[in-house]
Amino acid sequence: MKILKMMLKNSLRHKLRSTLTITGIAIAVIAFIVMRTFLTAWNAGIEAASPNRAIVRHAVSFIFPLPFSYLENVKKVPGVEAVTYLNWFQGVYKDKNYFFGRIAVDHNTFFEVYPEFIITEEEKKVFKSDPQACVVGEATATLYNIKKGDIMTLQGDIYPGNWDFKVVGIYKPKYRMTDPTGMYFRWDYLNERLEKESPERANEVGWFTIKVKDPAMISAASARLDSYFKNSANATKTESEEEFSRGFLQSTNAIMVAMDVVSWVIVGIIMLVLGNTMVMAARERTREYSVLKTLGFSAKHLTMMILGESLIISVIGGAVGLVLGIMMVGGLEQIIPKAFLPALEIKTITIVLAVTAALLTGVLASIFPIHKAVNTKIVDGFRFVG
Amino acid sequence: MASIIEIRNLNKSYWRNNLEIPVLNNLDLSVDAGDFLALMGPSGSGKTTLLNMIAGIDRPSDGNIMVNGEDVGKMSESNLAKWRSANIGFVFQFYNLIPVLTAFENVELPLLLTKLNKAERKKHVETALTIVGLADRMHHSPKQLSGGQEQRVAIARAIVTDPQIIVADEPTGDLDKNSAAEILNLMDKLNSDFKKTIVMVTHDPHAAEKARRILHLEKGELVREES
Repeated sequence: MKILKMMLKNSLRHKLRSTLTITGIAIAVIAFIVMRTFLTAWNAGIEAASPNRAIVRHAVSFIFPLPFSYLENVKKVPGVEAVTYLNWFQGVYKDKNYFFGRIAVDHNTFFEVYPEFIITEEEKKVFKSDPQACVVGEATATLYNIKKGDIMTLQGDIYPGNWDFKVVGIYKPKYRMTDPTGMYFRWDYLNERLEKESPERANEVGWFTIKVKDPAMISAASARLDSYFKNSANATKTESEEEFSRGFLQSTNAIMVAMDVVSWVIVGIIMLVLGNTMVMAARERTREYSVLKTLGFSAKHLTMMILGESLIISVIGGAVGLVLGIMMVGGLEQIIPKAFLPALEIKTITIVLAVTAALLTGVLASIFPIHKAVNTKIVDGFRFVG
Repeated sequence: MASIIEIRNLNKSYWRNNLEIPVLNNLDLSVDAGDFLALMGPSGSGKTTLLNMIAGIDRPSDGNIMVNGEDVGKMSESNLAKWRSANIGFVFQFYNLIPVLTAFENVELPLLLTKLNKAERKKHVETALTIVGLADRMHHSPKQLSGGQEQRVAIARAIVTDPQIIVADEPTGDLDKNSAAEILNLMDKLNSDFKKTIVMVTHDPHAAEKARRILHLEKGELVREES
């Protein structure tokens, strides 16, 4: 018999209590993993942002358009390698509850500035030649069984009326965090119709995206651009794609911070649960610890036994939670619309934090019982009535 | 015969609410190697306190306790723990077996602190359990044993490291008459056949009769000795 075996036997001495504690730790680890994975996914836009892209938008708000005529001036800024422009269209396709981005883009430059949307050269050629062309993300295409050659009709809301588009390509996302649901069509197609139906809204773009050779140039390019348009009717605000994404997510910041805090509060609660279990166990065994000390077991041995027992419970709970947490995230990824969260990816840091939290819980929960067991005099331990 | 236990001017008092409660007063005692000593006296007379100090699980307030050539009152906690495991075997009134371990594992416990390998430990445990007549119960857990059997396992645990001294605190106090007789015969056997020095606290005059010397304590002082 080894001391490890004794730890194991002690940890399972009260099966119901140990099972409940292990279950509690497992649930806490699952909650921790799921919440942190959601936080990571929610912030994925920031991580997915390209370091050499910047967004030029209206200084007041993203919802105000910019004149198309700004394009030539934007192109002239030193360091700018390419410029594209986009316009948020929105509209409804079949199910208004299924959200995916529907955006008008410049057919000549879009795929150059956004290479993470992968289509074939042939598809690009068709996209450039047919004004009615659109490309659709593979997730949306799969969902609605959309194929090349199909006509997609959007019911406009920001831009009223029915809008027919010809699907000329199904794009694949290059990265795991790239949105696989979007639908991109030609800005000139939108603009031509607006010129006829709502001329006051024509020749406007939602924002420009600039691509620079070196990310270090973004700051200077932004300053130059914003300074140039400073006194115009439509002043601009230029920021790196990462800053833009962060600003976009700012509105949900309070919720995200709350989730972050709650994920740690859960860890704190489970520490108290395991701590309570260990305190109860140590209290019940006060006399046994005195027996062991009498037999010659030292403070080091008792520390090892109590710490080991606590770690066995926390490690089992942590391992069960980790496995179930990974399975749960996998299941949720199938359910949650990809336009909101393109990929629920459990980061290594999340696993490291969950495992560390479980181990730390085991260590911290054993401190008080160890202190008590080691410092209780043998004769007092024998007199103890639990 | 040489003394294995030498106690000189031993004093012990406890403090409770800033009040000093004397338990042992200027006690002198010599116990020869191979002796069987019974400590008797009313509750509160200090017999268990004296036993605990001989065994190195409590410390004197003043005076010296030399056991097997070592001043146990002056040893550090860690040295005292090692000393106890090598020199003292304990038998308690309520057996104090670890409930999650089998009889074999309980007896093996003190050997985990030695350098013996698994096979050697097994041999020692089997020998100890054979001496107490429980070789056929070694894989039983404490709750599968009677009180007398549990106490015999406790005795096997006390002798498994082959200590020179066995201290027993009311070893028959929780047993019926027959089981108590078995335990006392076993103690006698350990003393006569295996030459163990035994110091036993008891209230029971029949149990004390097994000892070669009987010391009576009252209010922390030795008041009478019988042989």
